Amino acid sequence: MELTTVWFALIAVLWIGYFILDGFDLGVGMLLPVIGKDDLSRRVMINSIATVWDGNEVWLLVAGGATFAAFPLWYATMFSGMYLALFLVLVGLILRGVAFEYRGKRDSATWRARWDWAIVVGSALPALLFGVAFGNIVSGMAIEPLAGTPATTDFAVDAGSLNYVGNLFNLLNPFSLLLGLMTLFIFMTHGAIYLALKTSGEVREASRKVALRVGLVAAVLAVAALLWAQAFSGRVAITLPLVLVAAVLWLGGLFMTMKGRDGWAFLLSAGTILLAVTALFVGLFPNVMPSNINEAYNLTVTNASSQSYTLTVMTIVAVVMTPIVLIYQGWTFWVFRKRISTSMIPPQPVSGRSDDRFANAQG
Amino acid sequence: MGALQLSQWQFGITTVYHFLFVPLTLGTVWLVAGFQTAYFRTGKVKYLQLTKFFGKLFLINFAMGVVTGIVQEFQFGMNWSDYSRFVGDVFGAPLAMEGLLAFFLESTFLGLWIFGWDRLPKGLHLATIWLAAAGTALSAYFILAANAFMQHPVGYEIDPETGRAVLNDIFAVLFQNTAWIAFFHTLAASFLVSGAGVAAVSAWMIMKNRQVDVFRPAAKLGAWVILVSAVLVSVSGDMDMKIMVDQQPMKVAAAEALYTTQENAPFSILSVGDLSGDTATTVIEIPGLLSWLATGTWDGPESTVQGINDLQAQYLAEFPQYGPEMNFVPYVPVTYWGFRLMIGLGMIAALYALIVLWAFRGGRTPKSRLFAVFNGFIVLFPLFGISAGWIFTEMGRQPWVVFGEQITADGVSPLLTTTEVWISLIGFTLLYGILAVIEVGLLLKYVRAGAPETVVEDPFAEAKKDDDKQLYFAY
Repeated sequence: MELTTVWFALIAVLWIGYFILDGFDLGVGMLLPVIGKDDLSRRVMINSIATVWDGNEVWLLVAGGATFAAFPLWYATMFSGMYLALFLVLVGLILRGVAFEYRGKRDSATWRARWDWAIVVGSALPALLFGVAFGNIVSGMAIEPLAGTPATTDFAVDAGSLNYVGNLFNLLNPFSLLLGLMTLFIFMTHGAIYLALKTSGEVREASRKVALRVGLVAAVLAVAALLWAQAFSGRVAITLPLVLVAAVLWLGGLFMTMKGRDGWAFLLSAGTILLAVTALFVGLFPNVMPSNINEAYNLTVTNASSQSYTLTVMTIVAVVMTPIVLIYQGWTFWVFRKRISTSMIPPQPVSGRSDDRFANAQG
Repeated sequence: MGALQLSQWQFGITTVYHFLFVPLTLGTVWLVAGFQTAYFRTGKVKYLQLTKFFGKLFLINFAMGVVTGIVQEFQFGMNWSDYSRFVGDVFGAPLAMEGLLAFFLESTFLGLWIFGWDRLPKGLHLATIWLAAAGTALSAYFILAANAFMQHPVGYEIDPETGRAVLNDIFAVLFQNTAWIAFFHTLAASFLVSGAGVAAVSAWMIMKNRQVDVFRPAAKLGAWVILVSAVLVSVSGDMDMKIMVDQQPMKVAAAEALYTTQENAPFSILSVGDLSGDTATTVIEIPGLLSWLATGTWDGPESTVQGINDLQAQYLAEFPQYGPEMNFVPYVPVTYWGFRLMIGLGMIAALYALIVLWAFRGGRTPKSRLFAVFNGFIVLFPLFGISAGWIFTEMGRQPWVVFGEQITADGVSPLLTTTEVWISLIGFTLLYGILAVIEVGLLLKYVRAGAPETVVEDPFAEAKKDDDKQLYFAY
């Protein structure tokens, strides 16, 4: 297999990892006011993801870095083309990250309520906008060479001159918005299923109910969006079956939630995300950012990639490091495997000097 | 202002802001690991109290460093897409390695450290903070190696067909002297800031007569960390200067506003008036000092330092593609004062360390109000010194973004509109401003709260006894 294909696959893996892992903690964040009826249950929810959210988010950073290293022209065109959308994603990720750490640091209901909103908005923005971004990538964007770029000798387009020439509102087209709503609802359901797995008591019960309700909405959105996506798929013979199996897994996940088999439910919703994102990437290949102006302006794994030396170096690093990362990240999930309930949350902090128990509860 | 200038302001503001939190993180995590190790080895509770106390301040600060760091990785593509296209084959590699080797390590093990007190045995829990610390240092190394490529590009060739840089030697990029000297210098400076933080907070507690037994050793440790770091900062800074005179002579000339090439080049401590012409009025000047800093010799032909005017003429001949009007001179007032602020603010921190060691010697406590005020603001001196140093480094490289290969104006995203950059620039600045106020407020609150009076010595053993026990630590 060509190294460019390997790296296309690796970047797909990184996005899949990101969506499965950060997907559930974005979901938990969005559900904070829905499932967390009082401060104690909100703390249960936050603490169910507190131990892992930062490591999950690194999947995004590595996906970004790997795209930069392996497909610089993809990285450059995508990040500059989606400028304002990514600005909003960054605002969301900043608010969310700070909120987890700072929420419990002052004993004030107003203070906590404000950070709760930061978590909700900060989780919803990336959950929606990453879907919108993928919608645009797979359906094609207004990409063309910069005016005044001299044609190269063999009349091929210089891929380095390809840029997105539309604006933010072109990105908010019906298909991409539908895909964005799909990721939003899928992550919300995935988060609720994760909460059912990681908590006990009333939070678990509420999460299961929400998972079923939101999960049905997500199912409708996902079927609509992913069937529509087949119109842009380069290999429907593979991607359509993947999407259909994904739909079956999703319904299986909801069924397992109903039965109270939380572990299975989580595996199945993770599997759905795996297959759905795989279908999007398989349908995209060998393009990385197709142009809807002219096929000759497509960014592909070939014209957008780094040279073989860089790809070889990065392949060695990835082959050595990825298993190590998976082992210690998996170990973290094992260390914090215990379900959390309201009775396990230490008491609310009091301000000022305090004994260890209280000082710790302040987080 | 156009999209180029606005993007430069945005990169400057967000990067300087990010790097207010990073040095404190880079140094403090090792000091916290040190306190916890001291507790592990001696069993003295005061070290555990210090671990908890400084650990909490560290985490309040770390959160800001993490979230502002995400912006950095995105910005290369968002605002500097033509730069990213040009260098991606080379520059992307250390960035991807940083994610894979460093970010995963620090985030995962810090999560284990924060929440693992009652989930991991003591020794293993101690190991998590050391691994997190290693992650932060590795992260610094990779990003500084990437930056070193912009200062002094190596290990690449220009593809004649595409005109873009192509990596041909990853080891040259990762291990060139520009990279490891910058790492040495940055890490030492970070320890200087963290030492100042630990010393100042401890001194304040002692002067308030609170938990004096706990904070006395910490004040002393902080002062010694400052002093040792100050020596290392000087040594590495000297090494950096001596490679810079070969690699980026214009930056050295701009650091002194030295317009004419000369032997026995002087270094001015202070000057007034116009630095942008060739008639800067120096007030205090040490003959030959610039030559010594840059070349290691005071006078004679070997002490020659090239001046701005000669270098400008030389670059015009070397890079005719930018036209006869091209200005290769950085904005001298910023490089001149940035260089002096960096050194001066760092020296004030070293002086502070000596005062602390003297004033607190043998169980004494200073009563001076002047010292108390100085102590209250001391952290800002080395912190702003680092900012000044980076502003000097980056602005001293201008007009280049990759020295000798690409000018900054050619790196900006070609279709970015001023409206777009205004929105993000105002958005980030407002958000960062609000978060700064909140963060400083929290740091002060938790400094005032002091170290915990009583600590559970072995939460892991207690959690094992009672399965339904409350979590030892929760948000």
